Formats: sequence, C-alpha cells, structure tokens
Amino acid sequence: MKRRTFLQGTLAASAASLAVSAGLLTPSMVMAEGGGAFDAKTLDDALKAMALTPTESADIKIKAPEIAENGAVVPVTVTSGAAGTTEISILVDGNPTPLAATFTLGEGAQPEVSTRIKMGKTANVVAIAKAGDKSFTAKQEVKVTIGGCGG
Amino acid sequence: MSSIKLKAKVEGDNVEVKALMTHPMETGQRKDKKTGELVPAHFIQDITVTAGDKTILTAKWGGSVSKNPYLAFSYKGKAGDKVKLAWTDNKGEKDAAETDVA
Repeated sequence: MKRRTFLQGTLAASAASLAVSAGLLTPSMVMAEGGGAFDAKTLDDALKAMALTPTESADIKIKAPEIAENGAVVPVTVTSGAAGTTEISILVDGNPTPLAATFTLGEGAQPEVSTRIKMGKTANVVAIAKAGDKSFTAKQEVKVTIGGCGG
Repeated sequence: MSSIKLKAKVEGDNVEVKALMTHPMETGQRKDKKTGELVPAHFIQDITVTAGDKTILTAKWGGSVSKNPYLAFSYKGKAGDKVKLAWTDNKGEKDAAETDVA
C-alpha cells in the first residue's frame, strides 16, 4: 500500500515537472497543487494554497438554493462576468475541506459552470473566478436542513 | 458499459454540454454505519472535456462534489463537433465517453 502511494506520488511529480518543462503549466499553478488546496481544512488555508487573494465583485454570480433540503446534493451554477476569466472555483466555507472544484476554461468555453456539491451544514458557497493575475469572489449562504457529509 | 451520460446540444452560437457520471464520490470522512470504520476516499479528481482536438474544459474536483456528479457548461461550437469527456479518480480508475453535437 505504501509502495503504491509512493509510486503515485512519483508519477504525479514527474508528470507535473514534464508539464512545466513543456510550458503547459506555470509554476504558480503547480505550487497551488503542491500546496494541497483540496486538503486545506479552512477557507483561508485553501485560498493560501491556491495562491489567490480575491476581491469581492458583483460580476460573479452564484445560483444556488437558499434552502437545501438535502445537503448531499446542492445544485450550484457560477457565472463570471469578469473579462478574461480562465478559472472558476467553488468552495464551501463550512465543509471539512472547503475546496469542492476548480474548473479551467479552455478554448471557447463560456464562463459559466454548473455542478452539484455536498454541504455538511448551513454555510456559504464561495465562488472565485480568476482573470489574468486578478481574482474575484462572491458568496451565497445556503441553509442546509439535512447534512450531506454524514450519509 | 460506460458510467457517463453525455449530451451536447446546439444553443444559438454555443454548444451546451451536460454530463452525468456514475461514481460514489466518497470523501474519506464518512463512517460506515455497520462497522463504524471510515469509508476510504474514492472520488473523481480530474476531468477533461475536448471538442475535436481542442480542450474546452478541465476540472479538478475534491470529495465535496456530490455522488454521481453532474457537470454542465457551454462553449462556442457547432453541430457535428465530437465532444469527449474523460475522468480519472483518486484510485487511478478512468472512464470516458464521446458524443456528437446535435
């Protein structure tokens, strides 16, 4: 089991370094991954690991229910009105690991993504859009009547 | 049998892509009710969506995405494009599906 983890780690590391040398990834992106943003336990730590200091903006729109009866399935749509948006992330500040998803927009992709996330308790859904070297954020509270992280 | 339902439909100048994947999306924090032991993490980590040879969306997910995850987005495209979605989970399992834009 240890050997497998080790192998995966090595593979991931070599893939990442390959991508860097091929110029596919900027070092800051790799840093963000190495920082384990998905393992971060608080919103602040996740932002640190993602190397983002977003400013609040009305250009970022979150469509999520005000009250989610079932925290296991909360539909969320994030739209970014910020010009040149390349990346949209969805976080939940009350979850044990706040970062739920990061979407990187490719060629021709519209700055709007929809997915469904789990919420352990009533909390804020936080959306962050990255445009160039700037990042913007917005949040919306979702009241959860049945938590989605227990099962 | 693929575990992915993938649809791509023209909406004006854009193509709307909708995908539903079958996956447990275990966070690794949930306890089995019978044994009281933690259920090991098992979730989709990487998703790549391509149209022809263009990458239109990539996503990195954590365990907070719901079981049997849903994903929807649009891109500038046309009927006849071949849209392909591929995922890899934290155990290294993979799956992919392809559809023609209608």
